[in-house]
Amino acid sequence: MSASKLKFGIVVFPGSNCDHDAYHAAKHVMNQDAEFLWHKEPDLKHSDVIILPGGFSYGDYLRTGAIARFSPIMNEVITFANNGGIVVGICNGFQILCESGLLPGVLLRNRSLLFSSKHVNIRVEHSESRFTNDLTAGDILSTPIAHGEGNYFAEQETINAIEENGQVLFRYCDEFGEVTDGSNPNGSINNIAGIMNKNGNVMGMMPHPERACETQLGSADGKRIFESLIKSFILQTN
Amino acid sequence: MIISSQLNNMKPFEEPEITKQLATQHGLTEEEYQKVLSILGRTPTYTELGIYSVMWSEHCSYKNSIAQLKTLPRTGKRLLVGAGEENAGLVDIGGGIAVAFKIESHNHPSAVEPYQGAATGVGGIMRDIFTMGARPIAALNSLRFGNIDDTHTRHLLKGVVKGIGDYGNSFGVPTVAGEVFFDPCYQTNPLVNAMSVGIVEHENVASAIAQGKGNIVMIVGSATGRDGIHGATFASEEISEASEAKRPSVQVGDPFTEKLLLEATLEVIHAGLVVGIQDMGAAGLTCSSMEMSAKGNSGMEINLDLVPTRETKMTSYEIMLSESQERMLIVATPENEKAIIRIFEKWDLHCITIGKVTDDGIVKIFHQGKLKAEIPAETCVLGGGAPVYIRETKEPEYLGQTRSFDLNTISVPKSISDSVYRLLQSPNIASKRWVYEQYDSMVRTNTVVLPGSDAAVIRIKKSDKLLATKTDCNSRYVYLNPRKGAAIAVAESGRNVVCSGGKPIAITNCLNFGNPYKPEVYWQFKEAIAGISEACLALETPVTGGNVSFYNESPQTAVFPTPVIGMLGIVENESHVTTSFFKQAGDTIYLLGTNRGDISGSEFLVQEYGVTAGDAPYFDLAFEVKLQECALELIQKGFVHSAHDVSDGGLIIALIESAVAGNQVFGFDVNLPLNGIPFYRILFGEDQSRIIISGKKEHKDAINAICTKYKIPFSNIGTVIGNTEAKLNGEIVLDMSKAADLYFNSLQNKVYQK
Repeated sequence: MSASKLKFGIVVFPGSNCDHDAYHAAKHVMNQDAEFLWHKEPDLKHSDVIILPGGFSYGDYLRTGAIARFSPIMNEVITFANNGGIVVGICNGFQILCESGLLPGVLLRNRSLLFSSKHVNIRVEHSESRFTNDLTAGDILSTPIAHGEGNYFAEQETINAIEENGQVLFRYCDEFGEVTDGSNPNGSINNIAGIMNKNGNVMGMMPHPERACETQLGSADGKRIFESLIKSFILQTN
Repeated sequence: MIISSQLNNMKPFEEPEITKQLATQHGLTEEEYQKVLSILGRTPTYTELGIYSVMWSEHCSYKNSIAQLKTLPRTGKRLLVGAGEENAGLVDIGGGIAVAFKIESHNHPSAVEPYQGAATGVGGIMRDIFTMGARPIAALNSLRFGNIDDTHTRHLLKGVVKGIGDYGNSFGVPTVAGEVFFDPCYQTNPLVNAMSVGIVEHENVASAIAQGKGNIVMIVGSATGRDGIHGATFASEEISEASEAKRPSVQVGDPFTEKLLLEATLEVIHAGLVVGIQDMGAAGLTCSSMEMSAKGNSGMEINLDLVPTRETKMTSYEIMLSESQERMLIVATPENEKAIIRIFEKWDLHCITIGKVTDDGIVKIFHQGKLKAEIPAETCVLGGGAPVYIRETKEPEYLGQTRSFDLNTISVPKSISDSVYRLLQSPNIASKRWVYEQYDSMVRTNTVVLPGSDAAVIRIKKSDKLLATKTDCNSRYVYLNPRKGAAIAVAESGRNVVCSGGKPIAITNCLNFGNPYKPEVYWQFKEAIAGISEACLALETPVTGGNVSFYNESPQTAVFPTPVIGMLGIVENESHVTTSFFKQAGDTIYLLGTNRGDISGSEFLVQEYGVTAGDAPYFDLAFEVKLQECALELIQKGFVHSAHDVSDGGLIIALIESAVAGNQVFGFDVNLPLNGIPFYRILFGEDQSRIIISGKKEHKDAINAICTKYKIPFSNIGTVIGNTEAKLNGEIVLDMSKAADLYFNSLQNKVYQK
């Protein structure tokens, strides 16, 4: 972490298409440092936070995220995460984190079998994480989703474990914060929209906080996740 | 016609003897074949016959349309290239930034293979944009289908929407606006028009030109396969039972490769490494090599042995005519060869030098050591040797019947509120949410006005300006009065842009018509062109280019003449961005324009009485121009909380859309002066040039002053209210919760009906 700015490293896989969105949010909205990391170069360039952005890495061929995990840079990302480094996967990035074993579970096709692009509400489950420490349990964030395969699934044992450990950070909810089936856009178990690993340094979510950082785009609620992350580094440094 | 699967079975392949009959099978007329013989001074080779047949197909040569297209207004101070000069129109928006935009049809492929047909339609139009050096920032579309209660229609609808979504979503360009319309005339021949908008700094604009003797010619992107052979010829004939057998003429898309091709292409162009570049769309390598050569008064020598192929034993005929997707042809100086290859290798794409530029104007194609084709490029292309026809015209007889329809034979609706609820369920009126939620409309974080309002608004991060854009065409109006209907299409797309806070600056068009050899179809075509011309001149929105799609008919019927307009506008400042949704209870609702109660050609007549008749609705072009100027000034002065144009379904549908389509459902209390016109006609009439705005009550005088300046009739018609009840003239009461439910869910319910 230089002087007062965090450095976000945004991995660019072939087929990533929210890389510029993450870059814009980190650099121009949050006013932090940001750099693209090319998938063929195994170098994280001293990033403080790694973002695996949304998109269709390797065309989503075979299975979403299944090929990206074998990309040269992913060895570095996995080592970085295992050493406590902060990794955030958004949408396709979440799928890659699950495929690479950094997060439990898997993302299946939406139960509608259709791609779904719209603003949804997500409820913050607790503030005991570096991704939510500037938020309060029960806060409702309006964030866009845009995916065909965001239906979070894991076997019951795993679900029980991540629920007990407080690894579930965000759930789809209605405008009043109620977690209902009607507000579940893809069929995810327990309306799970975002989770972290047990150590609390790797987070994946299907909604796009980076697309919800400016009011003119319909919502600035996503900023609060970035703000939490930045705050967590400040707390750490102090 | 010989199709690729048949070719596959012929082993070893022997080229057929070239006869007049074979030329006819290739779609060339006898006269055209004679012209080939006289140009070459000999019998063409099989490959040459294939080349002329696709280059002179309607799809590539515009032979039956170009004479009419040249009558369109195609000049303006913002235009950086003329219509038809490059792959897409290019418009200056100031600050060193230009906008490339174009709309194109993919109707025939989508009729037989909806998913791939629509997907490759998106891919093709995207390449037209980025081959100019522009980064696509928005996709739009315009779709027409038959009766939605028919299972085949739903099969086409689902396939087309998924095809557009899967391609655009993966490619990473937001699909921001469009239109979907249903009428039985589109039953076997749906229309799938795709539009793309891109931005480029002036210094990064690339041209589709081959020049400089000794420069190299490179093929980049996907390997060449047998898909899409004769796609252009297929697009130039009517849909029939036999069309199903032409499924192999439909290309297969790969948006992932296209995304890589986009990034690599922009990288080589912006690094200044190319002399010229053109995408391979219709007629593939043939069209790109011929057009680039002709444009530069150059020739080329190409060795097909070097072209990467994805199938074995491909013949020169097949390689030249393949429409495999995601390919580009690049001309560069030999010094830049290595740098270009390095960039394409970085993106894991093929990049192979297959020939060189010559200065004799002749394209020579070599394969397996033999000269397979030797053709003067100029003789193939539009504006050169390609035929130009002016066809016979005749006013269609049906117009006599539709015009003489007596609107007074229509009985007064038993219950206006029931009619309103039924109209909301029409797939032409109901929200297209089921469609647009399958499209990523937000990727790249520039979409300021999302689908569901009048025109989409896209910000440009490098500029203070924003773009407003919309596709539009009420083809029923064009059917009833081609000239007026086409002018309305231009006016309405402009009105949509104005309602979003933009000034219309230019259009692209996609002209979908029937068989031009039928005088009635050609009459419709000519009249529609005249209507577009009049409206574009009046609105000062020149035509920057586009596409013509003829032969949209089946043995049963021709489609409504459908000249789709893609309008581009500039929003000067983010504060001008406006949506169609009411914002707060207590706001006053104002009407700009006059209610005339003209139900001619209305959705109301079709849905309630099964009647497609009358003239196109009332339209006064001079008034329209003033209305748009007036509305834009009101928006720019900050008096407007919402603005919505009155169109399909009439005033009542416009009011309901403003009330229910935003984040919150509102009610309204409205009183409309009738002036002796039956109330239902005031509510359902589609007479043009009306806009509903909402704003503060205390701004009434200021708004009135501006309207007076433009001589636009202006009336306070009511108030936005906080509960979900709508009252009309104190006599009709509508439940806006129910209206919202019908509006948002009817299309989806019809798609999934048992």
